[in-house]
Amino acid sequence: MSDNVQLKISNIDVFHGTFQALWDVSLEVNGGEMLALIGANTSGKTTLLDTVSGLLHPAKGTIQFEGKDISRMDPYQIVELGITQVPEGRRIFPEMSVLDNLIIGSYSAGARSKKMENLKQVYEHFPRLKERGKQIAKTLSGGEQQMLAIGRGLMADPKLMLIDEMSLGLAPIVIDELFKALREIKKRGITILFVEQNVRRTLQEADRAYILETGRVALSGTTAQLCEEDQVKKAYFGTDVCGI
Amino acid sequence: MGSGDIITPLVMGLLLGGLYALIALGLSMVFGVMRLINLAHGDLVALGSYGAYALMTVVGIDPIVGLVISVPAMFLLGLAIQKYLMGRAFAISSEAPLIIAFGISLVIQNANQIAWTPLSRALNTPYSHMSFTIGARQFPLSYLLDFAAGVVVMLALRYFLTSTYLGRAITAASQDKKAAQLMGINTNRVYGYAFAIAMASAAIAGVFLGMTFPFTPTSGVSFLTIAFGTVIIGGLGSMLGTFIGGMILGVFQTLGGYFLGPAFQMLIVYVIVLVILAVRPQGLFGR
Repeated sequence: MSDNVQLKISNIDVFHGTFQALWDVSLEVNGGEMLALIGANTSGKTTLLDTVSGLLHPAKGTIQFEGKDISRMDPYQIVELGITQVPEGRRIFPEMSVLDNLIIGSYSAGARSKKMENLKQVYEHFPRLKERGKQIAKTLSGGEQQMLAIGRGLMADPKLMLIDEMSLGLAPIVIDELFKALREIKKRGITILFVEQNVRRTLQEADRAYILETGRVALSGTTAQLCEEDQVKKAYFGTDVCGI
Repeated sequence: MGSGDIITPLVMGLLLGGLYALIALGLSMVFGVMRLINLAHGDLVALGSYGAYALMTVVGIDPIVGLVISVPAMFLLGLAIQKYLMGRAFAISSEAPLIIAFGISLVIQNANQIAWTPLSRALNTPYSHMSFTIGARQFPLSYLLDFAAGVVVMLALRYFLTSTYLGRAITAASQDKKAAQLMGINTNRVYGYAFAIAMASAAIAGVFLGMTFPFTPTSGVSFLTIAFGTVIIGGLGSMLGTFIGGMILGVFQTLGGYFLGPAFQMLIVYVIVLVILAVRPQGLFGR
C-alpha cells in the first residue's frame, strides 16, 4: 500500500483460552496517520490492541513494528519500542496522585530522560492536569480521568498510540475536547490507532478505518471510500452518518 | 487481675505496635502486589531471628550491626525465591504459590529445628535488658528500639514507594496490574523486588523481635498471626494503616494482659480481629 508502513499485522489468529477471538486478521498502520477500528462489541477490537501491546500473543501470524517482529515480545519491551496503549476504562492508578500517574507513564528507559519535556507537552494538551497535579486520581471526573490516561500514555514518549474506547460514557463537549487533543497529538507526528463505538464521530476524525466483524476484517479503506459504499452505509453506519 | 497504673501497659503496647507493624509490612506488601498470602512470612521473620542468633553466637556480631549482612542476604534470597519458585508457580495456577509458601514455611521450621534444637533462644545483648524511665515509670529499652525500628523502616519504605521509579512501579502494579504492564513495567521484576523487600523487612523484624521475646523454631506461626492481625485491623495498602493497626494490636495485647492476666492477652487480640472482620472487613484504614 505504502512504504510508510509503521505497524504491519499479518494473518494473525488470537485465542482467549480455547475461544478464537481473531481470525486471520491483517492490518497496516502508516506512520503519522489516524486509523480507526470499528466494530460491534466482541468483534475483537480490544483483543487486537492487547495483542499489539503484547498482553496476548498470536497463535499464528506476525506483528511487525518498524520492520521488527514484536509478536512474541513482553508488554514492557513493546512500550520501550514506542507503542503505548490507553486502555478501555482508562485504568488510571486510582490511589496515586495525578502527577504520579503521569510520572509512572515515563517508566520505560527511553522515556525517563524526556520526562520533563513530555510533561510540558501533556500540560499543553490538558492544562487541567497541571492544576490537579496533587489530587488523588480517583477523585477526578470521568473526562479528566480520560485526559490523565491519554497524558500518561504520552509520557511514554510513543511513536504509536493505541487508544481504546476513549469517548465511552463521556459528554459530547468533553469528547470534542479529547478529539481536539488527538488532532494536536497527531500533528506532532505520533501515529494513532483508535477503537470507537461512535461511528459518526470516527468517520469525521480518522484518515482510514478497518471494520471488524466477529474477529475478521470485513472492510477497510479511507473514511471517504467507506462512506461511498452504499452497503457499508446501511449495514454499519445508518444512512446519515457520513454527512458532516 | 492487674494492679498498679494503666499507663505502663498502654505505653508498652504502643511501643510494641511499631514492631508489629514491621512484622506485618512484608505480608501486606506481598499480598498487595502479588495477591499472594505468604504463609511463610512468619517463618521468614523467625529466619531473621535465627540468622542474627547465628551471627551473634558463632561470629560474635551484634544483632543490630549484623543487619548489614542479613538484610542484603535476605533481599537476594527473596529475589531468588521469586524468580525460581514463586514465578514458576504463578505460571501454573494461582493456588500453586500458596503451596510453595507453605513448603518454604516447613523447610525453615525444620531447618531451624535441626540447626538450633527446639529449645527457646533469645538475642541477649548488653543493652537488650536495659531500661529507660519516663517520669517515675520504667520501660524496657528493647521496646523503644522496636518502636524506633518500626518508624525508621516505615518512613524509608514510604519514601521509596512514593519517590522512586521502582517504588512507584510497585505501587502501580498493586493498584492495576494490566495498566502497569501497559506503562512499560516488567511485572515479574516488580514481583521480585516486592518479595525481596518483604524478606529484608522480615530480617529487621526478626532481630528486634529476638531482642524482645524468646523464640523457637515454630515461633513463625505466632509471628504470622501477629502479622495477619495487624493487617486485618489496619487494612491493606496503607503504610499508616499498618502502623496504627500494629499499635492497636499492641495496646489490646498489653491491656488484655493487664486486666485479665497474661494468659488472656492474645485472646483479646483475636476478639478484636474478629470484630473488625465482621464490622469493617477492609480494615480501619483500608480502601
